[in-house]
Amino acid sequence: MAAKTLYDKLFDSHIVTEENGTALIYIDRHLVHEVTSPQAFEGLKLANRKVWRVNSILAVPDHNVPTTNRSTGVAGIADSISRLQVQTLDENCAEYGVTEFKMNDVRQGIVHVIGPEQGATLPGMTVVCGDSHTSTHGAFGALAHGIGTSEVEHVLATQCLVQKKSKAMLVRVEGTLQKGVTAKDIALAVIGKTGTAGGTGYAIEFAGLAIRALSMEGRMTLCNMAIEAGARAGIIAVDDTTINYIKGRPFAPKAAQWDAAVKYWRTLHSDVGAKFDAVVELNAQDIQPQVTWGTSPEMVVGVDGKVPSLDMAKNEVQRADWTRAYTYMGLQANTPMSEITIDKVFIGSCTNSRIEDLRAASVVVKGKHIAPNVKLALVVPGSGLVKAQAEQEGLDKIFIAAGFEWREPGCSMCLAMNADKLAPGERCASTSNRNFEGRQGQGGRTHLVSPQMAAAAAVAGHFVDVRTFS
Amino acid sequence: MQAFTRLNGLVAPLDRANVDTDAIIPKQFLKSIKRSGFGPNAFDEWRYLDHGEPGMDNSKRKLNPDFVLNKPRYQGASILLTRENFGCGSSREHAPWALEDFGFKVIVASSFADIFYNNCFKNGMLPIVLPAHAVDALFDAVSGQVGYQLNIDLEKQIVMTPDGKTYTFEVDKVRKHNLLNGLDDIGLTMQQQNKIKAFETKHKLAQPWLFS
Repeated sequence: MAAKTLYDKLFDSHIVTEENGTALIYIDRHLVHEVTSPQAFEGLKLANRKVWRVNSILAVPDHNVPTTNRSTGVAGIADSISRLQVQTLDENCAEYGVTEFKMNDVRQGIVHVIGPEQGATLPGMTVVCGDSHTSTHGAFGALAHGIGTSEVEHVLATQCLVQKKSKAMLVRVEGTLQKGVTAKDIALAVIGKTGTAGGTGYAIEFAGLAIRALSMEGRMTLCNMAIEAGARAGIIAVDDTTINYIKGRPFAPKAAQWDAAVKYWRTLHSDVGAKFDAVVELNAQDIQPQVTWGTSPEMVVGVDGKVPSLDMAKNEVQRADWTRAYTYMGLQANTPMSEITIDKVFIGSCTNSRIEDLRAASVVVKGKHIAPNVKLALVVPGSGLVKAQAEQEGLDKIFIAAGFEWREPGCSMCLAMNADKLAPGERCASTSNRNFEGRQGQGGRTHLVSPQMAAAAAVAGHFVDVRTFS
Repeated sequence: MQAFTRLNGLVAPLDRANVDTDAIIPKQFLKSIKRSGFGPNAFDEWRYLDHGEPGMDNSKRKLNPDFVLNKPRYQGASILLTRENFGCGSSREHAPWALEDFGFKVIVASSFADIFYNNCFKNGMLPIVLPAHAVDALFDAVSGQVGYQLNIDLEKQIVMTPDGKTYTFEVDKVRKHNLLNGLDDIGLTMQQQNKIKAFETKHKLAQPWLFS
């Protein structure tokens, strides 16, 4: 038999039927949130269709929920349109019998944090959600990608998706990361190399020693950002790290099924000699802490770098792009990144809000205080359980003593659908995934960094190399 | 779904690469639980001079005169001409909903982000990929002639310019068939339900833990 990539194995094992290169693939896990599902449930109702397999679905409100006081429940969401969207999710889940972690459930959190945390994301699964960062779940050797609302409805009704197979790209990162350099920096360095369209049409498999050395949290951060490279899916082969993470989680298989599952999961890697359509290689040793300077994740440099000048652009289109980005970001070419001062700090999002992220950031800020020019520094844990764990470890006290606000879980200032946002012109060191114009609030200026780099910037008041920061 | 066969329409040029879905429809409008009505807020941050929020009377807001889609010569455009990696970022289907509601039925670019590209077909819209040199030539032609129109024929997979020059484009067979006939994906898949059930039985036997 021909050697298969991990992507081949995952895709091929879910084909229900295939014709003319278009396949119907079966979906094992469907994650649902309040923003991209109401129209899908409405469509289902209008056509008088049923949900195909209700126990494949796990729902949670995350995008709209407030991160401040929630004691008055959903009724207390100040924005009436946000409130209606959260209520609509609650009503749809109740009507169809969908398992939902409601806003004040301790298990509530960002959909891409809670799936893995609950063991609802398992190796070998196909996982979809009406959210592009569904690529996160590929960290478990699952085929996971974002879908539109029409497809949410399609999966609700049929448990399947109409799919064309993507090409396979291998991103191999060999060597060892320097201290203070993280999965986030790998992700940004890869995007800096491939561009935000470099992965379009591909599923990316991340492999190599530096990837094997990452924790599951780090792997999720990396796969989360695959979509920022243009790839709908990022995947990492199963190993002991994967299996140890899953064991004992509420939705994970138990007893005899656990052993059978592990046996199968161990086959979830690319075969020796498997052919990839493209290969990108990086040496972990060469990767510096990354900071984005512009309005696309590909506009990124190492922390000791400078805002690039127009003569470094590859063509006229990119020159136009960069010129607009200088204006929007209020930056000039050749400005050293370390001279850029910040107004706000956001530690959170489906990219970097897990316990390991919070621990790493807390180490940097412990015994220090945010700089006077930093108006607001937020820590928004990825889930209620992450928050509880962090509080048990005393991380909340470290952050609060350093001048940070310690919030309730949700997407928060990653996309600013709730009350957490930047004012026009404000500059933010953010652990999120997108620095698009207006992403964190109209006119807001986002610089993407790792949690450690965000923490160091909060203390210094400007970007600083966390490797030498003390 | 509405069928798409051919279109002769006015072209509006949006000369930017990497136009993301946050720019196409900003997040505050995603709070709606409806599928329609997003057109007045398409490109909201570029299009208006003030900050837009749901519920505002958009007809009373001040338009940004510098934004290309506000120029009188492009009013009524049904074809959007743009650059590489159009629709990158979020999977929000509100982006094609907003463009469609605005009046665009066809988007021509040198490349598209995957999820956005896919979402267009679910809404009776046709995203067309042309080589960068063809896109360059079209940008020149559009800026050089007020009222510049293109003729799009999905059946023949061609884009024809007013002077008769044609560009062919690729489109997946299944997507083409569904778009030409206005077929609903869910209805088609439901016809395969016996196959889905058979797959499910086999899958459950092999990996029972997926079904508990």
